[in-house]
Amino acid sequence: MFTGLFSSESLQEAIGVLQTEIPFAIWETFYVTVLSTALAIVIGLPLGVLLVVGEKGGVCPIPAWLLKALNVVINLLRSIPFLILMIMVFPLCRLLIGTTVGTNATIVPLVVAAFPFIARLAEGSMREVNPNVIEAAQSMGATPFQIIWKVMIPESIPSLISNATVAITTILGYSAMSGIIGGGGLGKIAINYGYYRYKYLVMVVAVILLILLVQIFQSVGTHLAIKSDKRLKK
Amino acid sequence: MIELVHLSKTFQVSDGTVEALRDITLHIERGDIYGIIGMSGAGKSTLVRCINMLERPTSGQVIVDGKEMNAMSASQLREARRSITMIFQGFNLLMQRNCLQNICFPMELAGFKKADAKRRAMELLELVGLPDKAKSYPAQLSGGQQQRVAIARALAINPKVLLCDEATSALDPNTTHSILELIKEINQKLGITVVVITHQMSVVEDICNHVAILDGGRVVEEGLVSDVFSSPQSAAAKKLVFPSGVDETLLSQTDGRRIRLVFNGAQVTGAPIIAKMAVDIGVLANIIAASTRTIDAQAYGNMLLDIPKDSEQFDRALEYLSAIPNVIAEEVKD
Ligand SMILES: Nc1ncnc2c1ncn2[C@@H]1O[C@H](COP(=O)(O)OP(=O)(O)OP(=O)(O)O)[C@@H](O)[C@H]1O
Ligand SMILES: [Mg+2]
Repeated sequence: MFTGLFSSESLQEAIGVLQTEIPFAIWETFYVTVLSTALAIVIGLPLGVLLVVGEKGGVCPIPAWLLKALNVVINLLRSIPFLILMIMVFPLCRLLIGTTVGTNATIVPLVVAAFPFIARLAEGSMREVNPNVIEAAQSMGATPFQIIWKVMIPESIPSLISNATVAITTILGYSAMSGIIGGGGLGKIAINYGYYRYKYLVMVVAVILLILLVQIFQSVGTHLAIKSDKRLKK
Repeated sequence: MIELVHLSKTFQVSDGTVEALRDITLHIERGDIYGIIGMSGAGKSTLVRCINMLERPTSGQVIVDGKEMNAMSASQLREARRSITMIFQGFNLLMQRNCLQNICFPMELAGFKKADAKRRAMELLELVGLPDKAKSYPAQLSGGQQQRVAIARALAINPKVLLCDEATSALDPNTTHSILELIKEINQKLGITVVVITHQMSVVEDICNHVAILDGGRVVEEGLVSDVFSSPQSAAAKKLVFPSGVDETLLSQTDGRRIRLVFNGAQVTGAPIIAKMAVDIGVLANIIAASTRTIDAQAYGNMLLDIPKDSEQFDRALEYLSAIPNVIAEEVKD
């Protein structure tokens, strides 16, 4: 497979692609990943919070059947493989974006795949909040809404940031996969050149760039999580 | 100020029920410092949590400042809770907020203006002796300092009642003493009614006027601290006052009179006092029971003495013992 990887011909082609297509592909990947993560957080974070506060004995209990239904839906969405999910959300895609191909269209399956995952991560973060601190707030007469906004979320910021980092790197991986249904970005380049046209050097370059992106997201996320945590003595 | 009427609380657990509180009736006066003491599992935390309805009593009434807490709606309860604040063993500060912001927290909940809240928070930091810690985070403070911040936070919206659940149990004896002094000062300056939950005798001796002894979910003894501690009646009370036991043989033999000594940071320890008294004034006393400990060369705890019946000797002994700084001596009558 990799014979002639560095032949002058393939090198030249790779340099060509690097100059023409790669910069925009990096931007597309970045944009799709960040936007999808942001939208998935908008949906997933409140759900994650609800999973915790809605419990019996929680800050703001909701009917048991509703909680159960939420859990089932989240588990269901999480168990569908992303490749299948991409195809299953075509109707939704058409409804929201008007098309099922292209970079913007991949945002829909990415959000649908990511928000249940993010809800679970947020649920974990919320459960880490010291229940005694929540109780202290209750003893001061805080409303459920105040407890969520002023205690649970601020107290779990470091954990939420590190979980958001996990989410964004996972979504980056998914977004590369969406090259198959015509989404743009580094994933598309890797698939088009490597899988369809046997230009492995270009594929390798695209993969290295994806790895670099993951590294950057992870480093920034870890740094922010540590910096935001006031429990660490500095 | 606080009225508990036939209060009971039963928990449902997987293998049956736990009766944490059984038919508790207590009356706590306005401006009092009221101690509730008992062994682990006696139901102290449950009792105090019933006062602000963090725990719903199974039956009975809780009346605070004339208002029946257990009959309130959720919003009425939130309103009432603003005048009943609580401090905890684990301090329970918001770890991602600095001290100033922590103290501002209850004022934010109550809708104070930011600037007003900040000004008041600074005053409170001053009151609890931490004016330079406004920008520090709880993780950067010692346990004692964190509890001071928690006290400042508890005072932020002018409460009428301060509930302390084992507020000093995580602190060393010196820090405990200073926190208790602070609570006492707050009680005197601001007239706040204080309920102190503890398993330590020394805490009750240090600051409480009244005490209730809780055992197995029941109040087994109740009254003035001096009364309850000088002649504990119930087994639970005796065990708390003298954890290592009372010398029953001495107790039954003697026909003398008894003096109880309370050491409150005295510069002397138990046994030498008795020896010294024998030398100085020629009165021989027997130690019936003692529970003292020395911290930083200061004695805390108490001791029950048997003194010869001769009234002249007894008076001399009482006078002698009373004159020792930080020692309280009082006669115990059966
Ligand atoms: N939420 C609960 N569910 C079930 N049982 C409980 C619950 N809370 C307390 N109990 C039980 O009620 C009893 C009294 O508990 P409580 O916490 O009031 O004791 P305590 O006197 O505060 O003890 P400690 O000094 O150890 O804090 C215990 O037997 C405990 O197991
Ligand atoms: Mg307790």
